[in-house]
Amino acid sequence: MLAPASLPLESLPVRRPATITTIAWDRLAAPEARRLREFGFEVGVHVEILHRAALFRGPVACRIGRMTVALRRNVAAAITVMAD
Amino acid sequence: MSILPLVALVGNPNAGKSALFNALTGARQKVGNYPGVTVERHSGRLALDDGRPIELVDLPGTYSLDPSSPDEQVTRDVLFGKQAGERRPDALIVVVDAANLDLHLRFALQLIALGLPVVIALNMVDLAERDGLTLSPEALSRELGVPVIPTVAVRKRGLDVLRAALTAAVEGSATRAPRDPSAADQPIAALQRRARELSKAATLSETPTRRWNHALDTVALHPVAGPILLVALMFVMFQAVFSWSEAPIGWIEGGFAALDEAIRGALPDNLLRSMLTDGLIAGVGAVVVFLPQILILFTFILVLEASGYMVRAAFLMDRMMAGVGLSGRAFIPLLSSFACAVPGIMATRTISDEKDRLTTILIAPLMTCSARLPVYTIIIGAFIPNTAVAPGVGLQGLVLLGLYIAGILGAFVAALVLRRTVTKGDSSGFMMEMPKYQMPRLSDIAIGLWSRALIFLKRAGTIIAATTVVLWLLLSFPQAPEGESQVNYSVAGRIASGIEVVVAPIGFNRDISLALIPAMAAREVAVAAIGTVYAIDDVENAAGEKSIIDNLQHRWSLPTALAFLMWFVFAPQCISTIAITRRETNGWKWPLFMVGYLFAAAYIMAGITYWLAVAAGL
Ligand SMILES: Nc1nc2c(ncn2[C@@H]2O[C@H](COP(=O)(O)OP(=O)(O)OP(=O)(O)O)[C@@H](O)[C@H]2O)c(=O)[nH]1
Ligand SMILES: [Mg+2]
Repeated sequence: MLAPASLPLESLPVRRPATITTIAWDRLAAPEARRLREFGFEVGVHVEILHRAALFRGPVACRIGRMTVALRRNVAAAITVMAD
Repeated sequence: MSILPLVALVGNPNAGKSALFNALTGARQKVGNYPGVTVERHSGRLALDDGRPIELVDLPGTYSLDPSSPDEQVTRDVLFGKQAGERRPDALIVVVDAANLDLHLRFALQLIALGLPVVIALNMVDLAERDGLTLSPEALSRELGVPVIPTVAVRKRGLDVLRAALTAAVEGSATRAPRDPSAADQPIAALQRRARELSKAATLSETPTRRWNHALDTVALHPVAGPILLVALMFVMFQAVFSWSEAPIGWIEGGFAALDEAIRGALPDNLLRSMLTDGLIAGVGAVVVFLPQILILFTFILVLEASGYMVRAAFLMDRMMAGVGLSGRAFIPLLSSFACAVPGIMATRTISDEKDRLTTILIAPLMTCSARLPVYTIIIGAFIPNTAVAPGVGLQGLVLLGLYIAGILGAFVAALVLRRTVTKGDSSGFMMEMPKYQMPRLSDIAIGLWSRALIFLKRAGTIIAATTVVLWLLLSFPQAPEGESQVNYSVAGRIASGIEVVVAPIGFNRDISLALIPAMAAREVAVAAIGTVYAIDDVENAAGEKSIIDNLQHRWSLPTALAFLMWFVFAPQCISTIAITRRETNGWKWPLFMVGYLFAAAYIMAGITYWLAVAAGL
């Protein structure tokens, strides 16, 4: 088996639990960054992609803790994760 | 008047604050299973255990004390006593979702740090149980230093204990956490970690359960099945509006016909009789018969709102909305505008970016509101044959769906243009909590329908009745000499012939010209006006939908009818839409702009429809 590598949350396969390793806050607009923090996104937190609106790269549904959050792809691309 | 103690309900969106408010005060505030239902403060009264009344306010949900949209600003202003003429709350009920403590406790920590007496309502414990969680409110209360009361707002469970705790809090005898300004200033990540620890400490056990929420989403959010399901739902909705309403419409018509008969029998042929039958019954009756259709439409919208599907629809629509410079978030106010643009425009308060919000307000009137349903239905009923295109798929329902789609497409084009011109700016993105699915409660739907029915009937009894009587007056005087058409001879007829000059190029006739202006009061009045015109013009037949349809078929050409439909897709917002736009945008600039661009669009689109239809030989 390959060693787990970092990858953007955007590319994480569906239903594969992962841990956030970095968040490129500077790539996010201020209100987006604030809301993301309020939802509890930070380094070390476990996340998982549940669904993807595949058509024309629509948003992703991401599980964090006990909740599901819809994120746009550009936001998901700013979050790097390591598959657990 | 003595000042009552003020208690505010605060917490994250969708925690059940409004449900709790309703349970405690007996109010009927709107609840719905998506974040951002409440966008204003609402207050109510509640008697404490000792019989003392207090004032309870329900607030919009927010994720922190740092507002990022106008609705969240309302909450902050109330909490800090900044709302004009308002005092600071004396105590808080912090509502947290027991099934999502990690998130909700972080905000609770920030609220507790404000130093006001706090009672925590650990709401939705039933959902936490469904998720296999066993929680210890005692442990949580120990850790937080404030009372924690488990509740199920929608089943009124835990209310007595909550009220007792509230009594203690208001009297100041309850334990109160020390005011800790540093906690409010702590970085959010630190509070978040503390919340996670607390949540772990309060969770006694966790058993894995069947994840049917996920299973439902696998279909609802599926890249192919999801959008198909969304379109299918809309389709069924509009088919149902026609096919389920036939029988009840018949009963209401029968009722009005009997009333008409009775009045004609009881009164001699005089002006009063004419006002009652040709004015009120012909006008108001023509509108009230649409009550069943409006209720069917509302049933669908209410079920969508209560189930949690609304956010899924926003998720599916986000890509398309992004294409025109809006966010999926805007889809929720737009979908509410199918009911009525006024609450739809209010609901835009949840949109954080100002330009984004303004654009959504400006296009909301293009979403076909329920007041347009009577206009559409009567024209479709008169000009589109009631045939089946396929088993279970009626042509009339299909045309209705087409009109709704025309409105939606119009809105998209308008947004595209506006975002590149007058409302240029960044998009606010799309980031939204997706609530768990819930079974819609029958009683909630019934209450929602009941209040809509009352609003509709009240409109029919007041604004629509008044406009109809005024119109009847203007149509009946001066009285025409023998052989002349009463309608043409009347004041209204003369005004209409002035308007007709302007609208004749797009195929509009005298009847439409007559209906256009009163329809500004409320759109349904267009139908009422036409009903009254034919009641006065066509003395042979009794007033009623059948007579309206007969007259329409004889007097209107198909291109005219189609142009009229198209006009209503775009045109005249009612007075209330203009008023709410003025309030929400703080001035006359945007409502005037909205009226201007919509009238222009309506004129052009109706014209194109008319000319194309004539060219096609229809
Ligand atoms: N199962 C369950 N559902 C609840 C409970 N309390 C509220 N709900 C449901 O949860 C949803 C949200 O309730 P609301 O009262 O609208 O939530 P809110 O906190 O006022 O939300 P916003 O106004 O958006 O901030 C609705 O569908 C309610 O029917 C509860 O204790 N148990
Ligand atoms: Mg609410």
